[in-house]
Amino acid sequence: MSPLLDVRRLRSGYAGSTVLDGVDLTLTAGTTLGLLGRNGVGKSTLVMTLMGLVPTTSGTVTLDGAPLPTRPHRIARAGVALVPQGRRIWPPLTVGEHLKLAARHARTGSWTRDAVLDLLPRLAERLRQPAGSLSGGEQQMLAIARALLTNPRLVLLDEPSDGLAPAIIEAIVEVIGRMRAEGVAVLLVEQDLHLALAVCDEIAVMDRGVVVHRTDTESFRSDPETAHRLLGVS
Amino acid sequence: MGAWLDANLVGVVNGFAIGFLLFIVAVGLSLVFGMMDVLNLAHGAIFLLGAYVGAALAGGNPSWGGFLGALGLSALLGLAGGGALSAMTEPLRKRSHLDQALLTLGVTLVVAETLVMVYGDDPLAVGAPPGLDGSVPVLGAFYPTYRLVLIGIGAVLAVLVYLVVERTTLGALVRATVADRDMVAALGVDNRLIRVGVFAFGSMLAAVAGVLGGPIYGARPGLDSTVLILALVVVVIGGLGSVRGALLGALVIGQVDSLGRTLFPDVASFVLFGALALVLVVRPRGLFGGKLGVRS
Repeated sequence: MSPLLDVRRLRSGYAGSTVLDGVDLTLTAGTTLGLLGRNGVGKSTLVMTLMGLVPTTSGTVTLDGAPLPTRPHRIARAGVALVPQGRRIWPPLTVGEHLKLAARHARTGSWTRDAVLDLLPRLAERLRQPAGSLSGGEQQMLAIARALLTNPRLVLLDEPSDGLAPAIIEAIVEVIGRMRAEGVAVLLVEQDLHLALAVCDEIAVMDRGVVVHRTDTESFRSDPETAHRLLGVS
Repeated sequence: MGAWLDANLVGVVNGFAIGFLLFIVAVGLSLVFGMMDVLNLAHGAIFLLGAYVGAALAGGNPSWGGFLGALGLSALLGLAGGGALSAMTEPLRKRSHLDQALLTLGVTLVVAETLVMVYGDDPLAVGAPPGLDGSVPVLGAFYPTYRLVLIGIGAVLAVLVYLVVERTTLGALVRATVADRDMVAALGVDNRLIRVGVFAFGSMLAAVAGVLGGPIYGARPGLDSTVLILALVVVVIGGLGSVRGALLGALVIGQVDSLGRTLFPDVASFVLFGALALVLVVRPRGLFGGKLGVRS
């Protein structure tokens, strides 16, 4: 099967400094790829570059065979959604307003407002509340709902479990499972190795701006020495 | 308290008139600065343009046709001017505020000098339209009718802008862009359109305010910087990108400016900046300035 996302020799960075130094990566529809690596190796920069929020220096990215547009709003309309690090919800807007804006340029698909609220019922109880007053876990749910409502083909999830309670992390695992079942491809950047191993079909490891290792999750789990060497964890 | 109010009633009502006028000017400045992080020092020049349109079409003894015509033409010029400023500042969006300030200050100088070349540097008087040019008794004192009407117009505009920004989807889009514009783009919204729209709308309000303020300020060289400074103080006091903040800030500054002139004529401008300093010490982000969106 040809990949949904195909990244070749992608280079990008900020104001003269190169962060991504030739990333190669493919991702198939309906699969979840865990992107691991130490801090500062370029995982978040890859996510932001794919969303068009960090400019590409060189390289190609195609989505379903077509070149990915360069401006973020066109990338979003092509079917890429972002759940960014730190959630980046809009604090003064209510939950309901978040959902309304997310649906504005949504592609057609099964993720309607009702479907998303069914999956994340806590949000349904807080539609009129300003997002800034939600708990961290609820804000993460809102960031995920905002992405799902666009009916994406590819979701970029950057550290969704960061600082959250185990119950919320379980909910995130469930949501990722649902996305996979719907045929959505997920690129999951994650520090929590256990979470990554629990939900991902494959694991890629980045180091100094390139992908240095890629394998299916089972092989990664059964090879702790490689994990230790690449990630500095046991 | 009653005796004080009797003695200063005119000053207080004046403060409201100036406050609402300032709100109309400042709300656009606040949204553009808060949303797009663009410091637009040409905002005062747009107000000045409106003031001269008022002086040219309405003049010292205007007809209703002339006055309404001036409002319409200034609105169109404001929209066009805002669109042009948005296009000019787009390449500087990611550069420092100093670069933006230099460009828009240059625009201000060109606009102001052009107006002096066309209309000369004598102040031009602008009258109130017929029926509004007299005075009405307010609690025993006589007060210019036009200023009361201006308070009414300002209040209606304030409510309208508030409802649009706080209660509509378009307004939610604007507030979301103020909070975190990258995430708005990441949902498929072309935020260049929002930027042009808000720039044009804010400039339209500033130009219209120039006409509305005509019977108070007239049209004269230097009015642009006077109004710009007052509007900047309002924006800083109210908090960037907040409509409520702009309204409260404008009403406070209207009173401080008006009562300061009446009660402490020698130190009026110090009173204004004293109020600014006080707010900055107590609330550095302004009265309604929230936290900015999390940027990684």
